[in-house]
Amino acid sequence: MQWETVIGLEVHAQLSTRSKIFSGASTAFGAAPNTQACAVDIALPGVLPVLNRGAVERAIRFGLAIGAKVNRTSIFARKNYFYPDLPKGYQISQYEQPIVEGGAIRIVTRGGEKTVRLTRAHLEEDAGKSLHEDFHGMSGIDLNRAGTPLLEIVSEPDMRSSEEAVAYARALHALVRWIDICDGNMQEGSLRADANVSVRPLGSDVLGTRCEIKNLNSFRFLERAIEYEVRRQIGIIEDGGRIVQETRLYDPDRDETRSMRSKEEAHDYRYFPDPDLLPLAVSEKWIDEVRAGLPELPEAKRARYEREWGLPAYDALTLTASRELASYFEDVVGAGIEPKLAANWVMGDVAAALNRSDLDIAASPVSSAALAGLLARIRDNTISGKIAKDVFDAMWAGEGGADEIIEKRGLRQITDASAIEKLVDDVLAANPKSVEEFRAGKEKAFNALVGQVMKASRGKANPAAVNELLKKKLAG
Amino acid sequence: MSLENSSLRELAAALAAKQLSSVELTQRFLDRIAAANPALNAFVTTDPERSLAQARAADARRARGDATPLTGIPIAHKDIWCAKGWRTTCGSRMLANFASPYDAHVVERFDAAGAVLLGKCNMDEFAMGSSNETSWFGPVKNPWNPAFVPGGSSGGSAAAVAARLAPAATGTDTGGSIRQPAALCGISGLKPTYGVVSRYGMIAFASSLDQGGPFAKSAEDLALLLNAMAGFDARDSTSLDRAPEDYTRLLAAPVPGAPADRPLAGLRIGLPRQYFGAGLAPDVAEAVETALAELRRLGAATSEVDLPASDLAVPAYYVIAPAEASSNLSRFDGVRYGHRAAEYGDLVDMYCRSRAEGFGAEVKRRILIGTYVLSHGYYDAYYLKAQKIRRLIAEDYARAFAQVDVIAGPTSPTVAFEFGAKTADPVQMYLNDIYTIPANLAGLPGLSIPAGFGAGGLPVGLQLVGNYFDEARMLAIAHQYQHVTDWHRRAPAGY
Repeated sequence: MQWETVIGLEVHAQLSTRSKIFSGASTAFGAAPNTQACAVDIALPGVLPVLNRGAVERAIRFGLAIGAKVNRTSIFARKNYFYPDLPKGYQISQYEQPIVEGGAIRIVTRGGEKTVRLTRAHLEEDAGKSLHEDFHGMSGIDLNRAGTPLLEIVSEPDMRSSEEAVAYARALHALVRWIDICDGNMQEGSLRADANVSVRPLGSDVLGTRCEIKNLNSFRFLERAIEYEVRRQIGIIEDGGRIVQETRLYDPDRDETRSMRSKEEAHDYRYFPDPDLLPLAVSEKWIDEVRAGLPELPEAKRARYEREWGLPAYDALTLTASRELASYFEDVVGAGIEPKLAANWVMGDVAAALNRSDLDIAASPVSSAALAGLLARIRDNTISGKIAKDVFDAMWAGEGGADEIIEKRGLRQITDASAIEKLVDDVLAANPKSVEEFRAGKEKAFNALVGQVMKASRGKANPAAVNELLKKKLAG
Repeated sequence: MSLENSSLRELAAALAAKQLSSVELTQRFLDRIAAANPALNAFVTTDPERSLAQARAADARRARGDATPLTGIPIAHKDIWCAKGWRTTCGSRMLANFASPYDAHVVERFDAAGAVLLGKCNMDEFAMGSSNETSWFGPVKNPWNPAFVPGGSSGGSAAAVAARLAPAATGTDTGGSIRQPAALCGISGLKPTYGVVSRYGMIAFASSLDQGGPFAKSAEDLALLLNAMAGFDARDSTSLDRAPEDYTRLLAAPVPGAPADRPLAGLRIGLPRQYFGAGLAPDVAEAVETALAELRRLGAATSEVDLPASDLAVPAYYVIAPAEASSNLSRFDGVRYGHRAAEYGDLVDMYCRSRAEGFGAEVKRRILIGTYVLSHGYYDAYYLKAQKIRRLIAEDYARAFAQVDVIAGPTSPTVAFEFGAKTADPVQMYLNDIYTIPANLAGLPGLSIPAGFGAGGLPVGLQLVGNYFDEARMLAIAHQYQHVTDWHRRAPAGY
């Protein structure tokens, strides 16, 4: 039997506010345990939550960016359960009326483009951290993270493979950074995913029983966990077994998922509206202000690159992977470089060099202006594209600007016809065999002669001029 | 007049005239507490050194010439308000060792006014009770008769003011916890409109119902105290951002243009049919009727109003309040502060033992009820339905206030009862608050003032419930009543 995988993701994005969602304590990562937990965060008797507007604003940004409905009224509820790193004994989260409903994200995989629908996105607070090592049989509690604002982004079960799930997670990762609501640092837990996975016979429109895999904090783990889980579920069903709805954990060391708790063991969270917080009202005016402050979104940029600049879809997608990359590219084009030439360089030599040096585009040693300076020299025939690569490497190494390097190294292209003619004559004289072969009909010989001329010029001869002159001489 | 029977204005005048210092005044009340508290058990904690240091600071401030009406006046706080450096127990073993590292908004406000914190008053555990019998620190005795309860949950505060151990005190009222003990102890007490007094630093019982307020001998004193307690606080999202008002401004003339001998002329008082029916003890009914006749003599007109959803108030309250409490009390888990069992196995065992030992029976009962009504499958039938009833009750009041200016009736169906009389039957205990609970559900202001005595010479309270933010007028009506009566000047024998 052929099986179809069905995946929905719940992604927790840590919002980039400086202070927590319900208190004034800092959200900075990496401080000594419990140094960023105030009276509200440690839930002293009598303290009360006060909602951080910045967190709400970021949720609105997200809602607008995915074309979702931003609810004018949303409700904070209490999710009640006991755990030592949950100081109040409940988590404040949105339950029945979230701030964002609907919306969609486009993803691109080898199979082409696809739209993943979103169910909702809601605001909530993070819990603290339990530390089970180094305490001699006891547990330590670090409440620095308690009260950190999260946006939980819930998708519909629209993904059909681990590849699609990863593409969706990557698209979400790119988007939250693009609109500046989350730093996207997955190692620090700023973005983490729970995957709901089920399988069903291909062609069936009934959903299979799902398992939820918790807390996947890298794209690789997301992919591996889903792949393992799909194999596991198909194996069970094909052996005549049934899938039990449960929560599972992925163990990256053993590359497998393990049961954490079954549906029967699930908590009754006893949700009810938090009486300490009024319903969250979002005015039309506020939404308009947030909309006005949004940058051009990746989707819109992609369309514009294709429409106005004639870039292929792949280029447009690649160049809009991040706002920084897009802005670098646009700066190069803005300096008067043809978009396709700029795209080739940004996606090619620049990307490769960044990759080798493990740098972000924002930290590129060759600025967009410097790259535009180099590309302008190709366009005005000062150097060839091939020489330009050497010049780029020198620029990367910090040897100066394009013009400076071209002058210093004498790389200016030879366009003077008499100089090229002399080189051509010399090469023809020195390679009678190639000339004979060419005349006998071997096209390859021509290329070999071009190569010889270029070599004699140390790459500086204008290849078009060399071609033309050679053809003339050989015909003559 | 003796100091302990003086009004706040009289004390302020004496302090201003340098007839006495705040240190002397504070010492006087500390001495009275030392003498009477072993029998009354109204105070859980006193700290004379700390109080006297505040009194010295108040005297210095007065000497500098920037005294407020409360500078140097000793005030007792219900032990539900967090006060920095003070043990704050909420009447529970759970917090018997908890010293608050921060001040409640109300405590800050009294500090800012220069008042002296005289001590922390006993209360029903986590404010759950109507008789002060649920306190881990033992029951508070009613100063009028030590065999009788003082009411609750703010029983310590009410008894302290009634026994003249403090000129004034603070309390909190979730279903009547200021008004009912005020009535049973023969003093005045006010629960303001929900949101007028910040809940920041007030240990939560039922967040959507809890509201802090003052106890004093007279309505005039209540107005002065509310001036200090009320005000917007950004740390409480349910605090109302309104312009400050002077709650004493209407005392002399509650009805504009009314003649001096009939100061309540034109005032329409509604008498809810449901508050004068079965269940109201005859002695209380008689005292309340006498008080209403007095109000009519002052010019007010009384008429019957209908609050048809009233009989649903107690059941709705005992769904909503326990639901919120079950969640509010989850933070008392023995992990970070408060009581932790001395011995335990794993984490769950630590929770179970710490909470089993830290909480008393009534608190556990309400946590169980609250957990139950919020459970999956029961939420709609209980919690959601109770919230709908709450809306009906608010609508009843809205209709009534279209016809009348203020609602009057008994505060409590009976005078104080004997210790143990209702402990075996929680429902009988809960019915004590049948006249006070509706105002909490609707968020309306309510006050109780002394209105004579009933069986056994025990005090009876008259309740006024007003429309939202009508505290100034309600206090003025009560003040006018107290101008022509002297119930509020009566002190229990021996105090």
